[in-house]
Amino acid sequence: MKTGSNERLLLKGVAENNRKAIETIYLDNFRMVQTMIVANNGSSDDAKDIFQEAMIVLLEKARSGTFELNCQISTYLYSVGRRLWLKKLNQLQRGPVEIEQAIEVIPVEDDLDIFEKQDSDFQNMEKAMYGLGEPCRSLLEAYYLRKKTMLEIADSFGYTNADNAKNQKYKCLMRLKKLFFDHYKNED
Amino acid sequence: MEEINMLDSIERYIRGEMLPEERVFFEHLRKSSPSVDQMVVEHTIFLNRMNKYGERKQFQRVLEDVHGKLEQTGELSEFQPGRLVRIWKKYQRVVAVAASIAGITALAISGLVSYVSPKSTDTKYQQLSRRLDNLDKKQNALYSNIINEMKQKEPVDAKMKLGGTGFMVDVKGYLLTDAHILSNARAVVVQNYKGEQYKATILLADANSDLAILKIDDEDFKPYAILPYGISRSGADLGEPIFTMGYPRDEIVYGEGYMSAKTGFEGDTLACQIAVAANPGNSGGPVLNKNGEIIGVLSARQMQAQGVVFAIKAKYIYKVIDSLKTDTSYSSIRLPANTQLKGMERIQQVKRLEDCIFLVKTY
Repeated sequence: MKTGSNERLLLKGVAENNRKAIETIYLDNFRMVQTMIVANNGSSDDAKDIFQEAMIVLLEKARSGTFELNCQISTYLYSVGRRLWLKKLNQLQRGPVEIEQAIEVIPVEDDLDIFEKQDSDFQNMEKAMYGLGEPCRSLLEAYYLRKKTMLEIADSFGYTNADNAKNQKYKCLMRLKKLFFDHYKNED
Repeated sequence: MEEINMLDSIERYIRGEMLPEERVFFEHLRKSSPSVDQMVVEHTIFLNRMNKYGERKQFQRVLEDVHGKLEQTGELSEFQPGRLVRIWKKYQRVVAVAASIAGITALAISGLVSYVSPKSTDTKYQQLSRRLDNLDKKQNALYSNIINEMKQKEPVDAKMKLGGTGFMVDVKGYLLTDAHILSNARAVVVQNYKGEQYKATILLADANSDLAILKIDDEDFKPYAILPYGISRSGADLGEPIFTMGYPRDEIVYGEGYMSAKTGFEGDTLACQIAVAANPGNSGGPVLNKNGEIIGVLSARQMQAQGVVFAIKAKYIYKVIDSLKTDTSYSSIRLPANTQLKGMERIQQVKRLEDCIFLVKTY
């Protein structure tokens, strides 16, 4: 019973980007996933990539608020990591196509379908952002991600006033939106 | 201008920042104009994706950071321990019982032995500590050998050993500085222009290129979001204006000059020559061009002539980082390739640079 409430707290922490919670989960589960991947033709770098991707799946799940605690976090991470690694192995044709189950796994296919969609949105935005170049990327990051005001941006990017910065932001934003929606529409 | 204001309104509308009257008016506009409505819908999707993007970026940064930290403390160490730990957990109790029996036996025997010959333990302790002394001496001898070698290559001013300058090459707290500053160093502390100090460890000191990499290892340190400068792979042209920033004293000092020769001391191709006022302590500081790209690292190897200073070319920064990256625990280091300082006034450039340049103190 006690572990159940602990796990719930940890999940809440992940959803809130609480570092301590993330660190705890990382410490408790990374080696297990690493062992599985290394035992199946992977390197510890692969393990890091796969584990962090699984953590992102967990994050999305925790944030969506629909996470039913019908299994332990470790079971979930292991199951997701295992699926992701199987997929990767298939892509690379490095086999084996079956991974021996060290612990019980739960079906996570639905979650991964949702994740795939979210992931392609993310990659889209990332591609568009990097396609922008500087200073546009930093400027938009400052405004939309770090929530800086136009005045602060004008100051740190060396624009003479907030209006100039706003002008520049508009131009950058239009370019970004075009890049983003070009990909976006191509996909649907 | 009209479009800019329109977008501004849409953003405020989506974020719910409009006053009630304004909101009513805007909703009316939205109903009557399909094109406005289309813009609102599109921008809502866009902002939503942008937020998600930001959240995930942030999360990835934390993950990367946590991984780095746990790796350094050895808590993620390799796969082998994983299995060992499992075996350990399984047999923990058996081992504990066995160990306590062994411990009791050992205690009993040692008690018996010490009872019979109490003085012998004493001499053993002394021997042990002497061996440690020896080890220390050997290590010191080894150290001074290395230092002598370096000294021969770089006749540095004695004062320089006290400290130098370093600058950040990766937001996670990796600093670049000159290797000669660190000779002899048992502990390294870096200090920013505000006077805040952080502990740092030496990851690599390459005597050949005279470049060294430090990592800030301090709980108080928060990774930066971004570095304003880029590190140039291409180098600079003769006569190109350059500027430097560093800590010849406890205060950060700005200096201006130009590129005076494409090779360094006695035709050294690793380095280039610049004309700038530099003092000891400037060593390890960045040399930047007008766009805010780092083109070299001040090494101040030769100080006999006034205003003749040598800098190690920036492309060698990539080389030392690459050699560090062969150790996979550092494979996540990313050097900043693009400058954000292009076209800015110098004062603004310097303001943004200050944050990233540190005084390196060795003890």
